[in-house]
Amino acid sequence: MHNNWSIFFWVIYPYAMLASFIIGNFIRFKYFHASITAKSSEIFEKKKLIAGSITFHVGIILAFFGHCLGMLVPKSWTAYFGITDHMYHLFGSLVMGIPAGLLAFIGIAILTYRRMTVRRVFKTSSLNDIIVDWALLITITLGLACTISGAFIDFDYRVTISPWVRSLFTFHPQWQLMASVPLIYKVHVLCGFAIFGYFPYTRLVHALTLPWQYMFRRFIVYRRRVNAY
Amino acid sequence: MKIKAQIGMVLNLDKCIGCHTCSVTCKNTWTNRPGAEYMWFNNVETKPGVGYPKRWEDEDKYHGGWTLNAKGKLQLRAGNKLNKIALGKIFYNNDMPEMDNYYEPWTYDYKTLFGPERKHQPVARPKSQVTGETMELKTGPNWDDDLAGSTEYVHQDPNMQKIESDIKNNFKQAFMMYLPRLCEHCLNAPCVASCPSGAMYKRDEDGIVLVDQERCRGWRFCMTGCPYKKVYFNWRTHKAEKCTFCYPRIEEGQPTVCAETCVGRIRYIGALLYDADRVEEAASTPDESKLYEAQLRLFLDPNDPKVVKQALKDGISEEMIEAAQKSPIYKMAVEEKIAFPLHPEYRTMPMVWYIPPLSPVMSYFEGRDSIKNPEMIFPGIDQMRIPVQYLASLLTGGNVPLVKNALYKLAMMRLYMRAKTSGQDFDTSKLERVGLTEASATSLYRLLAIAKYEDRFVIPRSQKAELEDAQSEQGGLGYDECEGCALAPQHTSMFKKAEAGKSTNEIYAESFYGGIWRD
Repeated sequence: MHNNWSIFFWVIYPYAMLASFIIGNFIRFKYFHASITAKSSEIFEKKKLIAGSITFHVGIILAFFGHCLGMLVPKSWTAYFGITDHMYHLFGSLVMGIPAGLLAFIGIAILTYRRMTVRRVFKTSSLNDIIVDWALLITITLGLACTISGAFIDFDYRVTISPWVRSLFTFHPQWQLMASVPLIYKVHVLCGFAIFGYFPYTRLVHALTLPWQYMFRRFIVYRRRVNAY
Repeated sequence: MKIKAQIGMVLNLDKCIGCHTCSVTCKNTWTNRPGAEYMWFNNVETKPGVGYPKRWEDEDKYHGGWTLNAKGKLQLRAGNKLNKIALGKIFYNNDMPEMDNYYEPWTYDYKTLFGPERKHQPVARPKSQVTGETMELKTGPNWDDDLAGSTEYVHQDPNMQKIESDIKNNFKQAFMMYLPRLCEHCLNAPCVASCPSGAMYKRDEDGIVLVDQERCRGWRFCMTGCPYKKVYFNWRTHKAEKCTFCYPRIEEGQPTVCAETCVGRIRYIGALLYDADRVEEAASTPDESKLYEAQLRLFLDPNDPKVVKQALKDGISEEMIEAAQKSPIYKMAVEEKIAFPLHPEYRTMPMVWYIPPLSPVMSYFEGRDSIKNPEMIFPGIDQMRIPVQYLASLLTGGNVPLVKNALYKLAMMRLYMRAKTSGQDFDTSKLERVGLTEASATSLYRLLAIAKYEDRFVIPRSQKAELEDAQSEQGGLGYDECEGCALAPQHTSMFKKAEAGKSTNEIYAESFYGGIWRD
């Protein structure tokens, strides 16, 4: 691949998406706070939702932490604790990666099917909701394909993609590392960054609003008017 | 003791004719918007019947309200805080009703009625307001009005399942009554307790329960937490909405729209003072049939100088105390004990009270010369066409004697007044037997039968003008063009405080100082 294209895909594009993620969320939370909800459609359909929503959320949360582990923890650290490539691969991919990916995939597949086929849900969906569903479905499918294909091809993302991701955070992007990455991984990475970039403008922002205070709050909330002058 | 003020309502079911005027005026005022079509902040149900949403009283299914856990501690029936997360309930709310438990709202294709002359008369077909497609109408709100389809619906009423089968089966003696329902503005509101975002709250000054549309994240736990199913989900804004007790009117000293427009003049609005510190204790009463009495003990005598002194100390306005002293609610619910809360066994301490209906039994006595023999009302009440057990299951958690006492009182008051106005003799010692005197019977008659506007509605004006810049707030109420639904920010003055340089902790302590569950 030509250098200019590589720089675009592995330097400019990811930074643009991350910038969109951070600035977009800042603007959304500061100026469009009231619009932040998960946009539940449970009132229209329940049976498919229980299957889809729980499997998807459990899968995607596991997958998220799996990505953090795989991308952010350098190989030298795990090696220090005596974890061999084989052990890491066995645990990371087979024990955690594939089940998490499968859960997320099955979940989002059910949710996308539900959104497209249940009349009331489809008719009350915005274009944005539909794009989000398909974007997640495509990215998760690719991710799952990566994990499964990882068992058959000789490719170690921990010496290519992971250092590249970390290099983004240290602001010394090593785009050269991505040159030898198989296409399917590349597409998954690009799709993933696209979702991050699109995130603030969609219903996905609900992931950032965990109601921690509920755990410690008193049950009955009173509010009092205060003098505005 | 921590005294708080609460605005409450009493509905005299004896006079409700089931005309639905309250529902319609309420709908036109509050829920005549896209996404809110299926919401009825106020609705009138025919009892026995399934209600709205269907079988809302079936808490084994919906898990609304409170329950006592194994240790006897009060807990939301839908599960404690940890349980909501552990069982994946934050990703899926198992107890939530679906649109089909309500109904799919529709309109008619009126356009086809106009146009060029055709061979056949055009028909306006129903069109769903959700999908926009033509639909077959199978159900709607109030589909079982006036016992329509009762062969199918009556046995589905959860209250009917609690009473004896001979009454259930005896259809020739069919009985019915009307039950207008709105948000109960509970003292121990489970919707408020369920809200993970802290968007639902009780107003400190009058206890009205509102949803802060800015903070609502659409978790829907309030919908399921409310055992009366009076919190609705707006499928367009994806936020919760509920009866506001017409707070903009209440603030101006005016009654709610439902109460103002009630043609039967069955609704009363007034203030009560209660001890917020004892609410949890009262709601934890183990015996369900004692919950109503436990709730009554929370209310404080507004004429007691000690209570007045403490109330002023706790920041209750003089206008509110004065209103509490003249409150028709205090008179009917606390003093005369003729009004009861709806389903006290939900442990919510509801603040909309109902006077049980008496009508069928009086006509039963017309032919028996009951004025001459008022003793006859005692066995008569027991044989009422609306079984007392049914009323008790609705209003006192199954405590039959309490409902009977109220009915005796109402019946005796009528007989006394009939004798008095028709110039007949009446043995006034009969009044004492049901806890009345000539003076109290007359005053009760004035309140219930004459029901003057100023006697029905004793509402203190709010101190709003002193607190807020009315000019800058104008247009900030209501749900018009619901971008952000700026209904509640008026009360969330937190941002204003932040601008005034207060720290988050200070604001939290002030805004969320939580009266009931204070530690």
